[in-house]
Amino acid sequence: MPSLGTTYGRGAATLAQWDLANSDFVLVMGSNMAENHPIAFRFVMRAKEKGATIVHADPRFTRTSALADIHAPLRAGTDIAFLGGIIRHILENDLWFKDYVLNYTNIATIISSDYQDPEQLDGLFSGWDEEKKSYTVDSWQYKDMKVPSSLAEHEPSTSDSFDEAAKSTSDGPPPEDRTLRHPNCVYQIMRRHYARYTPEMVERVTGCPAGTFLKVCEAITRNSGRERTGAICYAVGWTHHSTGVQMIRGAGIIQALLGNVGRPGGGVLALRGHTSIQGSTDIPTLYDMLPGYLQQPNANQKHADLQEFLETEQTPTGWWHNLPKYMVSLLRAWYGDNATAENGWGYRWLPKIVGDHSQLPMTLAMRDGVIKGMFFLGQNPVIGGSNSKQVQAGLAKLDWMVVRDCAETETASFWKEGHLVRDGDMRPEDIGTEVFLMPASLAGEKDGTFTNTHRLLQWHDKVVDGPGDSQSELWFIYHLGRRLKALYADSDLERDQPIQNLTWDYPERGPDRDPSAEAVLKEINGYTWLDRRQLSGIPDIKDDGSTACGCWIYCGVFPTHNDNKSRSRRADGPDGPGTHLGWGFAWPDNRRTLANRASADPEGKPWSERKRLIWWDAEKETWTGDDQVDFVKDKPPGFKPDWSKHPTGMDALGGDAPFILIADGKAALFSSSGLKDGPLPTHYEPLESPVHNQLYKQEANPVAKHWEKRDNELAEPGDPRFPHSFTTYRLTEHHSGGTPTRSVPVTAELQPEGFAEIPTELARELGIGNTDWVVISTLRGEIETRALVTDRLQPFHLGGGKTVHQVGMPWHFGWKGYATGDIANVLTAVVGDPNTSMHENKALVCGLRRGRLARDGGRHGES
Amino acid sequence: MGVHPRALDYAESFPNRVIPDEAELTCGTRIEPGKSYGFFTDTTLCIGCKACEVACKEWNSLPADNLGLTGHSYDNTGDLGANTWRHVAFIEKIGAGDDRVQEMAPFQSNWLMMSDVCKHCANAPCLEACPTGSIFRTEFDTVVVQQDICNGCGYCVPACPFGVVELSPADGKAHKCTLCYDRLKGGLEPACSKSCPTDSIQFGEVNELFDRARGRVESLHGKGATDAYLYGAPDTPGATGGLKHLNAFFLLTDRPEVYNLPPEPTRASARVRPSLLTGLATMAGLTLAAAALMSAGRDRR
Amino acid sequence: MRRSRPPIIRRTLADRIGGFVRDWSVPRQIAGQSSATKAAESALSRGLRPRLDEADTVGTNICPYCAVGCAQLMYAKDGRVIHVEGDPRSPINQGTLCPKGAATLGLMTMPERLDKIKYRAPHSDRWEERSMDWAMDRIAHLTKKTRDEAFVQELPDGGTVNHTQAIGSLGGATLDNEENYLIKKLFSAGLGMVWIENQARV
Repeated sequence: MPSLGTTYGRGAATLAQWDLANSDFVLVMGSNMAENHPIAFRFVMRAKEKGATIVHADPRFTRTSALADIHAPLRAGTDIAFLGGIIRHILENDLWFKDYVLNYTNIATIISSDYQDPEQLDGLFSGWDEEKKSYTVDSWQYKDMKVPSSLAEHEPSTSDSFDEAAKSTSDGPPPEDRTLRHPNCVYQIMRRHYARYTPEMVERVTGCPAGTFLKVCEAITRNSGRERTGAICYAVGWTHHSTGVQMIRGAGIIQALLGNVGRPGGGVLALRGHTSIQGSTDIPTLYDMLPGYLQQPNANQKHADLQEFLETEQTPTGWWHNLPKYMVSLLRAWYGDNATAENGWGYRWLPKIVGDHSQLPMTLAMRDGVIKGMFFLGQNPVIGGSNSKQVQAGLAKLDWMVVRDCAETETASFWKEGHLVRDGDMRPEDIGTEVFLMPASLAGEKDGTFTNTHRLLQWHDKVVDGPGDSQSELWFIYHLGRRLKALYADSDLERDQPIQNLTWDYPERGPDRDPSAEAVLKEINGYTWLDRRQLSGIPDIKDDGSTACGCWIYCGVFPTHNDNKSRSRRADGPDGPGTHLGWGFAWPDNRRTLANRASADPEGKPWSERKRLIWWDAEKETWTGDDQVDFVKDKPPGFKPDWSKHPTGMDALGGDAPFILIADGKAALFSSSGLKDGPLPTHYEPLESPVHNQLYKQEANPVAKHWEKRDNELAEPGDPRFPHSFTTYRLTEHHSGGTPTRSVPVTAELQPEGFAEIPTELARELGIGNTDWVVISTLRGEIETRALVTDRLQPFHLGGGKTVHQVGMPWHFGWKGYATGDIANVLTAVVGDPNTSMHENKALVCGLRRGRLARDGGRHGES
Repeated sequence: MGVHPRALDYAESFPNRVIPDEAELTCGTRIEPGKSYGFFTDTTLCIGCKACEVACKEWNSLPADNLGLTGHSYDNTGDLGANTWRHVAFIEKIGAGDDRVQEMAPFQSNWLMMSDVCKHCANAPCLEACPTGSIFRTEFDTVVVQQDICNGCGYCVPACPFGVVELSPADGKAHKCTLCYDRLKGGLEPACSKSCPTDSIQFGEVNELFDRARGRVESLHGKGATDAYLYGAPDTPGATGGLKHLNAFFLLTDRPEVYNLPPEPTRASARVRPSLLTGLATMAGLTLAAAALMSAGRDRR
Repeated sequence: MRRSRPPIIRRTLADRIGGFVRDWSVPRQIAGQSSATKAAESALSRGLRPRLDEADTVGTNICPYCAVGCAQLMYAKDGRVIHVEGDPRSPINQGTLCPKGAATLGLMTMPERLDKIKYRAPHSDRWEERSMDWAMDRIAHLTKKTRDEAFVQELPDGGTVNHTQAIGSLGGATLDNEENYLIKKLFSAGLGMVWIENQARV
């Protein structure tokens, strides 16, 4: 999550779910929390019991809205207009938490005089390169100073000359004006940037009545300050937009302005959808990162060898200055004795990426024959991938594919029941893909750790064997690796050195030769290379090859050979303190609230007794409190860097700089580096929108990703064929691609069939009755489904007397299992956010009519 | 929010046993025979997730009915029945003419959701109607159909003023919520209330629950939710017609009919309760017949 | 693995009548016990216990659905799971579960659970069953073949890339950290694959 990464330093939830019980205010936005994270919502209800105000801002009235104090309806994709309106309300009414913001954020920092705002350039920031369709970010930097990004994936897009001219963050403190009068200080830039985001404009753009919007502003600002805190919870309702990262940035800015971050009951909680989606980002099965948010070497950047990589990626100041230790120790873990100081610890054996290799272009790479073999490991892209027909066309072009899952998925069976066959485009005998469908073990049938949505590693035990031939992915990958190492053992080709040199020794057990998950977790934690002692924590990691560490942020989870902290089962009792340090292990270093230095004032005292978490103990000269300290434990609050010594790393951060992974230790209201689409969130319409942008000439995010048009066209704003806003979502009764619920009778029966929700007014207009069949169409495809006519969806009355209706559809359904229905993702496009390449499936446009599709030579499809 | 202090006594990853008196950890209640237990279902906390429906079916090995898409909001369960002992009702109230309701009462509002269940009536009409002694009052003051006695006569079905009991087409016998009789015997909270994410369903000693519920109504009134009232607690709607009170009672914010609950349920004992003698005769005859039928039925399977 | 059905016990008619008479409550009622309570207790009721009592293994599981991370207690007997429910010791869920988590037993024992390796040959219209050893061998050979045919050591400009774009991997957010670690290690650091992705973006 680059948004939280650039704002606070780490791309992860800042607080634990249970901490929501300490909130005085909770805004759920971009999330249908009660439905999709019911147990997390338990803590929202607990806060509510204690008097908190709960707001749900969402296009639909959902089960979350029903339990909220305020439901603020807004048209899908207009969240930045809404959040920008809140930021304006805070600034113009002087409601920000001054002691916190002046000290812990970059509000006073002076930005380059070359900076120009979308207010001046009609929707574009300065630095726009029309030819490359991208920004050069020189003008977004601090005055005369280059600000390094805290993100792993960031392409340095400043010009070379700027690199040379700019000061480093080691040379002195960032330029600032604490009177906030300087016209280019962040405060003044933000005031100008959001000046037009008035309640009236919010209503014109989003459709949320100004009165309702102001109620939200009043509630969120009332619960800020020394005594009170509020939290914002979001999920894929924000990330699934072409402006998704900037939506979350909006929340990040609001929480920084209100002084909510790092404090009990405050912060931003990212609610993630799969059991270990946080873990699979921390230890990324992602193309652009190495474990622990290190950059995957990139052929287009200065990454030729290890030295150049480290020079490029190491920040002069802040915690990321330690990056070489983590990189070298990772290489040691992976290439063992074959990694030496002389060969750059085997750096060159790591593959380099050459572009965007994420899931959306992966679809195209399959279809275009670049990718010939695929492994699908518990993922079902025919249901979950954008533009499902294109995904299926890609599968049909593969030479071979392996699907590992607990049941036969739509992806596994595309060649006999998929759209290509159903629509008559291909017969199975035309499809040359060789398919292996392998039964996979579930949790409980294997042991290992999941990392939950608030960074908590929890071990799950193996209690039984999986059925029949089921095996874990650990087993599969380990034995595939063994076989491949055997196949490559005799090669003397240079290109085969990586697989030959890879360390691959894990203890086996049982007749199935199951590799030990504990041994793998021990490697992730890290150990000393020579005598194999477990590393006790992050400070033990070295850059001289004496330590091996698979994922530095997880170091400390297995500090001694017999102490697996993820198996710790000692929660706090009713007497508190309620940080539950004895239950599982939260990265980093078991810290439950990130940036918790900010829970104390600049002098190190809690802002209030009610909201205390950690504080400075002057007598013992240490930070102490109810949580593990997310700061240098013995750095006094009054510490000032000695700039005469050009301090690096943590020495360059003062005792009042809580955001230690940011180069200047402060939350970035204005984000100079790291994001591709601007230093401040700005309202753009979705790439497909029923209306034009009312704020700027620039309609949509100028750097949004839209790979190609073939079979992937977008409608122009206001296309009369597609007048309705369309959004997709999950239901509490089903899970993602649906395999684990649609195939289970007791959950399948709860939502037994696909449907689309249609507002009463629109249904009346189009003559659609409840449970009637309807056809929904976009430029990518058409589907049929049943209508659920409801008042819970409502028309949006926008500026200029325009009314927009919205159609919503759960995307879980497919043709397998007991609960079936057409695939919503047939309608969506391969387009996405410029920073994350996440698709925009939450806001597009559609046509709607009563009736069914002619299928199978005129007969209706299965009903 | 802390866990129960006794949780630390079982802090192994492999406890390898049932935690004794687990209900004390999950709902603060140590279950003992001779006391009265029940459910307080507070609809204002219900998020309509249906965890209760699933937990019930999973624990009691009840098959899916799969009604199909009903079009009734998010309710595809329909009704309580032989295989459905928890049912979440959904009532949409957000529409207001051509507009939408803007006012939101504290806690649940404008989309009502309620998890319905057997009421385990203090004076249970089904029990009174049962001629075989199959339906009886357990040592936990709950009402249970004993499957080894039930002969499928069906007298209990019309006797129930709430339409809870149903004969299963699979075995011909009467089935309904047992308030997890087996779990209570093992010191475990019933499956539905244990799973409930927001504690909308609360299990405990009935008198404690009544007190808690009255306090909750008072607190809701204080917060502006003036519609809140109890249904089935002593001297409230639902506890009418000689039923005395319901061991499974509810906090509602709209009229009972809105939730498909009878506004004034009555005990129909005079109508259906057979005399001891006719009961005896009927019972013996029907049991033998049923036994023979069952035997034949099993052979066909 | 299918959910086990209780064995059907065949009883003779005489047994049934005998049992009926033993359980018949009327004599006890006449003896003065309440017709509706203890007197009416049947043999089944008398011997009733929760099936968790039969478990020989009870372990801690973490719910496999969303990322809230609810802990579960998993009960097994003779190597088969007999129930899964919320773990009251967890500070996250304190014994509760949502409808998906509450269906974990159903997921593990669902009728459509895959338990054999299925293979579809190119251009075939049907699945065939194959052995694990055959499948692993074939997959390893295909992986090597595809990698070797499309491995790039250097770009035309001379920059080292040491990668293959011909093999991809999708998935990981439902898997353990240890599994993701080995996937990334083998596929990226070992084989040079770059098309490695999971659900984090969907």
